[in-house]
Amino acid sequence: MVSSSSAHGTEMKTRTPAAEYAIELRGIVKRFPGVVANDGVNLKIRRGEIHCLLGENGAGKTTLMRILYGLYQPDEGEILLNGVPTKIHSPRDALTHRIGMVHQHFRLVPTLTVEENVILGLDEGTGPFLNLRKVRAKIQKIADAYGLPVDSQAKVWQLSVGQQQRVEIIKALYRDADILIMDEPTSVLTPQEVEQLFSTLRTLVNDGLTIIFITHKLDEVMEVSDRVTVLRKGRVVDTHPTAETDKATLARLMVGREVVFRLEKNPLHRGERLLEVTDLHALNDRGLPALRGVSFDLYEGEILGVAGVSGNGQKELAEVLTGLRRATRGRITLAGKDFTNRSAREIADMGVAHVPTERKMMGTVPNMSIKENLILKTYRKPPFSRGLFVDYHRAKENAKRLMQEYQILAPSEETAVKLLSGGNIQRVVLARELSGDPRLIIAAHPTYGLDVGATEQVRQILLEQRDRGAGVLLISEDLEEVMTLSDRIMVMFSGEVMGIVDAEGAKMEEIGLMMAGEKREEVKSASTEVA
Amino acid sequence: MQAPKWLNIERRPIPSGNTIFTVSILAIVAALVVAAIFFASYGISPFRAYGAILRGALGSWSGFSETLRRMIPLLLCGVGLTVAFRALFWNIGADGQLLLGTVAATWVALFSGLPDPLLLPVMFLAGFAAGALWGLIPAILKVKMGINDVITTLMMNYIAIYIVLYLIHGPWKGPSMRGFAYTDMFPQAARLPTIGHTHVHWPTLLMGLLIALLAYIMLNRTRTGFEIRVVGENPHAARYAGISEFKTVVTVMLISGGLAGFAGVGEVAGVHLRLLDPIQISMGYGYTAIIVAWLARKNPLGVIITSFFFGVLMAGGDVIKVNLGLPFQLINVFNGLIMFFLIGSEIFMRYKVTLRRR
Ligand SMILES: Nc1ncnc2c1ncn2[C@@H]1O[C@H](COP(=O)(O)OP(=O)(O)OP(=O)(O)O)[C@@H](O)[C@H]1O
Ligand SMILES: [Mg+2]
Repeated sequence: MVSSSSAHGTEMKTRTPAAEYAIELRGIVKRFPGVVANDGVNLKIRRGEIHCLLGENGAGKTTLMRILYGLYQPDEGEILLNGVPTKIHSPRDALTHRIGMVHQHFRLVPTLTVEENVILGLDEGTGPFLNLRKVRAKIQKIADAYGLPVDSQAKVWQLSVGQQQRVEIIKALYRDADILIMDEPTSVLTPQEVEQLFSTLRTLVNDGLTIIFITHKLDEVMEVSDRVTVLRKGRVVDTHPTAETDKATLARLMVGREVVFRLEKNPLHRGERLLEVTDLHALNDRGLPALRGVSFDLYEGEILGVAGVSGNGQKELAEVLTGLRRATRGRITLAGKDFTNRSAREIADMGVAHVPTERKMMGTVPNMSIKENLILKTYRKPPFSRGLFVDYHRAKENAKRLMQEYQILAPSEETAVKLLSGGNIQRVVLARELSGDPRLIIAAHPTYGLDVGATEQVRQILLEQRDRGAGVLLISEDLEEVMTLSDRIMVMFSGEVMGIVDAEGAKMEEIGLMMAGEKREEVKSASTEVA
Repeated sequence: MQAPKWLNIERRPIPSGNTIFTVSILAIVAALVVAAIFFASYGISPFRAYGAILRGALGSWSGFSETLRRMIPLLLCGVGLTVAFRALFWNIGADGQLLLGTVAATWVALFSGLPDPLLLPVMFLAGFAAGALWGLIPAILKVKMGINDVITTLMMNYIAIYIVLYLIHGPWKGPSMRGFAYTDMFPQAARLPTIGHTHVHWPTLLMGLLIALLAYIMLNRTRTGFEIRVVGENPHAARYAGISEFKTVVTVMLISGGLAGFAGVGEVAGVHLRLLDPIQISMGYGYTAIIVAWLARKNPLGVIITSFFFGVLMAGGDVIKVNLGLPFQLINVFNGLIMFFLIGSEIFMRYKVTLRRR
């Protein structure tokens, strides 16, 4: 592969012009108290390739990338950039070596505009004045070249997750990154957005950029990458050209044993009507209508999937149902009892579990231990509550059991949740919400950030809960997930229900059309009126 | 902001106990070093000054008793503040809450007409209630109307000061005080026992130590403590878990204000034995207690140590005034410097800063 940097060979004396590897990691070791996150990692990234990193939750992918980005210093080992041993002391250092990173949890300032975010920390213009015209032009150029359409004067809080991610990419490219690290960029995107992202990535590598891409989705690995490296327990298992491998092999390498993915979905045994929602209205955080006359039923022993492009009221629906947002109109009954606008506590006490979209912001208390996070909702009830006290002995036993059951990887139950890997934080939330026999489970993106094995496990658990007689409202942008798990699928668009169809025999195209705003004719209960 | 080339800065998500301890000690040392400059500017050798402070505050029984006396209100206010700070309620108003405690105790002592044996217990109860009430107002304003807690608690201090001033210049001015702005002396039954001829009203000290322990247990073992910590660490998660922010904030402010009220009762019933000018009563205990709680890293048991430390400083303030002829206010310079370095040192707790090796 011809390096595009050979043109500047003279100005960068230390660069070997034809270095085949843009990055070489040699024997990288990173230890944290109680864990070895990276245990002698050797990894070579070719110039101009898309290289996937694959591995179970906690395998050490994020840690390795943070080392490359200068956020952590390795305890042992060295980094070679274009064949030259280099120390990367800080993200700013990484930038001067033209390494950019798009983090899993975005780091944009919501109240600033896109262009302000892009130039944050840079010195643009003369003296105290910003040359915004030049900035805008450069952003526009990048956006056009790589298919990253964005309104550079919009405030970031107005943007969808997919748009925010584009801003993150633009931000890196604006700083002339020629190595781009992306940590689980697709877990928050809709299928269409993923396709867009992939086409952007392909344009980027055609221009000579090198991309490291972390994902848990094997299909994506097969589709987008040139080579793939599998990590397990902090070590590299193998690196393969993607064309010479397949999903089953990768899964086996990742887990270390043969894996079979087969969901056992029993026939539907519908019970009583559990949840009845009639003409529900609510506002979003900006005070605009987010739900506009939503009506549906959910039965015991049934999974109702909610499909839709994110930002069409799913989040608000989950919040209204769990008492975190007020309904401005309409009625919600659970097992015949009205619980419209009851408090979050009352609703939780009625047996409603909630896996929220924002696991770090809302679902956990990052500074508190796993043990305490696992009793976040049950601390006030026996057996965890005894008189005025919390029975921490019981809490500890509970944590030990759930950590085993949900395979939460951590040094101990006293470890603060914020020290866990992304997937393991999600497991803590799931363990808490799905244990304790809830009657109704409201699950938003339950498999978000989970590795292949854990994803299957969680899907299996949701099915088991359904067979046990719980009602499940499954909110997900992963259409495939919705289709495989649900008994019925409800499609939302712009705060309204476009239609509810049986999952059996449902057609992707039909659902796709409804997601785009086309209402289905024979909708039974959904109100058509617009507020 | 760019770090110098010779430094490595790495995030550390959770500082270890050792780190916290070392960093805190270094912050204090830094404050002492800078304060030395002030001593030098008065033409006094810093070594002599620090020597005098230490000898004065710890070297004799009378000095030590003065340290303990200062420690008592700092301990009570400080413990209360750790509880409030844990719930992210910025109570800057312990001084005012303390003063309200003195007012309530004075009323009980002089005007309630209760039988003697009931006086002291009722004074403490009333003092707690008055301090708690003073703390409650900003709590309600914050949760119900979103009014900034720092501003309201601070403003309420001034209101408290003027209430006391009004009382001692007006209705409560003691007929036996020959025109001075004091109330009458408390009756014997409304005075706290002290150790020997010192001002160490030991019942309050014991109570403070016990309360520090109870607060520690409350925060770490009870349901209420769990709720306080969740609200303080992640209010979104608290809402999600169905924990009422209102109930929690009201609880911490009842405790925080009430304990400051206790401190006030101790001051009037144990030291001054009457109500007098607020400046003479409090000398900024409520403000110093903020630093006490912060230095203890919001741990009530740590407050036992840090309140003692600041007790030494305050007792030392008397010494440098009397022995070296320096203004007592120099101690406030200390307080300011320590707070300054403590806040400045936060970066060393959140980041590991090391020299670069090439
Ligand atoms: N700052 C830290 N302090 C302590 N332990 C940490 C820290 N960062 C990561 N770890 C631990 O290191 C291990 C690897 O974590 P890492 O985040 O790299 O995993 P990952 O491969 O990205 O997993 P996931 O797929 O779940 O995101 C985990 O066991 C994690 O708990
Ligand atoms: Mg990760």
